[in-house]
Amino acid sequence: MIEVDNLHKSFGESHVLKGISSNFEKGKTNLIIGQSGSGKTVFLKCLLGLFAPDEGSISYDGKIYSELSASEQRNLRQEMGMVFQGSALFDSMTVQGNVMFPLGMFTKQSKSEMQDRVDFVLKRVNLVDAHNKFPSEISGGMQKRVAIARAIVMNPKYLFCDEPNSGLDPKTAILIDNLIHEITQEYDITTVINTHDMNSVMEIGEKIIFLKNGLKEWEGSNKEIFKTDNEAVTDFVYSSELFKKVRQMYIEERN
Amino acid sequence: MNYIASIGSYFIMIKEVFKKPTKWSIMKTLILKEIDELVYGSMGIIIFISFFIGGVVSIQTALNITNPLIPRNLIGFATRQSVILEFAPTFTSIIMAGKVGSYITSSIGTMRVTEQIDALEIMGVNSLNYLVFPKIIAMLFYPFVIAIAMYVGIFGGWTAGVFGGFSSSADFVEGLQLDFIPFHVTYSFIKSIVFALIIATIPSFHGYYMKGGALEVGKASTTAFVWTSVVIIIVNYILTQLLLG
Repeated sequence: MIEVDNLHKSFGESHVLKGISSNFEKGKTNLIIGQSGSGKTVFLKCLLGLFAPDEGSISYDGKIYSELSASEQRNLRQEMGMVFQGSALFDSMTVQGNVMFPLGMFTKQSKSEMQDRVDFVLKRVNLVDAHNKFPSEISGGMQKRVAIARAIVMNPKYLFCDEPNSGLDPKTAILIDNLIHEITQEYDITTVINTHDMNSVMEIGEKIIFLKNGLKEWEGSNKEIFKTDNEAVTDFVYSSELFKKVRQMYIEERN
Repeated sequence: MNYIASIGSYFIMIKEVFKKPTKWSIMKTLILKEIDELVYGSMGIIIFISFFIGGVVSIQTALNITNPLIPRNLIGFATRQSVILEFAPTFTSIIMAGKVGSYITSSIGTMRVTEQIDALEIMGVNSLNYLVFPKIIAMLFYPFVIAIAMYVGIFGGWTAGVFGGFSSSADFVEGLQLDFIPFHVTYSFIKSIVFALIIATIPSFHGYYMKGGALEVGKASTTAFVWTSVVIIIVNYILTQLLLG
């Protein structure tokens, strides 16, 4: 479980996060949504330890990150997996090399044990024929799968995803969403996803946090988001005509 | 003020490079790869340039000897001194700042803009150690490049002097042996080790701390080349004063 308490972060004059508190439960897919510039990426980078908060604390299963020594922080990071918006695969390595990288770096497994693990996770993300291809030789959707495979290869406790389905076609985006959701439940991981994608919100958002101007404006589940009266949330989530109709149908159905 | 901050950041970076070392089995592979890329991969251009620079020094010395009382062995002497003291260590290092330095800045800078460095950090890898340390170790082989540059430069001078009709082989070789001070070679190697550290670290600094996108990677490479060259020139002056002055 990740607990965030009164998180503040500024860059010069710009106060980006203004006292965010929340918690992210184990085995659940948690979504952070909000307009561009609302502070989602900064919030995620604070969770990852890439930015140090100016005020407030983040604790991982009771361990407050800022109170850990540098080596303890690095050890904790080894329990985190991250799927970047642009995948961030090492372009000089093959798919297999990318997925094997954390194993080679942090475990004492033999080559064959590492190979078995790589085969297993690549199969889990439905990538069986891409072992020897370089990231530039595979599609965006496949790159995202490799990034997910690399993120889960060490059996992380925490999985973070920054807009994992941006730039993907709707069908692939749903596949990626479902894959992350399944992995979260299967391995009992605490997953936090930054997203703009409303399909993700509706499909996999077990807990959703809506950020606006650096503040937590709303918090709830994908079921509750249909019912909310919060104007900022409804303006953002139901900005398209399609979603407005979906919401209308849902409310009518309930009545 | 920015310059002072950058110098401070540079030394903090150097300190971080030596913290939390990467697993030796992985580091060994990285070092061998960097030796291949940075040192072995530069041999062709270094040999080519050294040969012709040595030749030009030899020809220009010969053309400037107008007084018949000056012995012809001065051509070999001047070529040796110029090549060993300055052309091999300093001129070659400026070329390496362009070739190797821009490669280092652009490769690390691209990793920065594509979030590959963030990915390393999140995994718990000391990215500075992983990326910069192997380059520093690889560049410690740089004096071997300089030794080859010295040999080829003098050979180029001999070729141009003898086959261009400016000097006999015997005169040239006599000049090469005239008043030879072995410490000049040591001085040259000391300089080349210091320059190697500069070539490995300043471009790494510019790549690692760059911000922006693809365009900024190009700008960072240019800036890195300029600063590496400036620092090499200044350090060259200081070392010459300290070691030979």
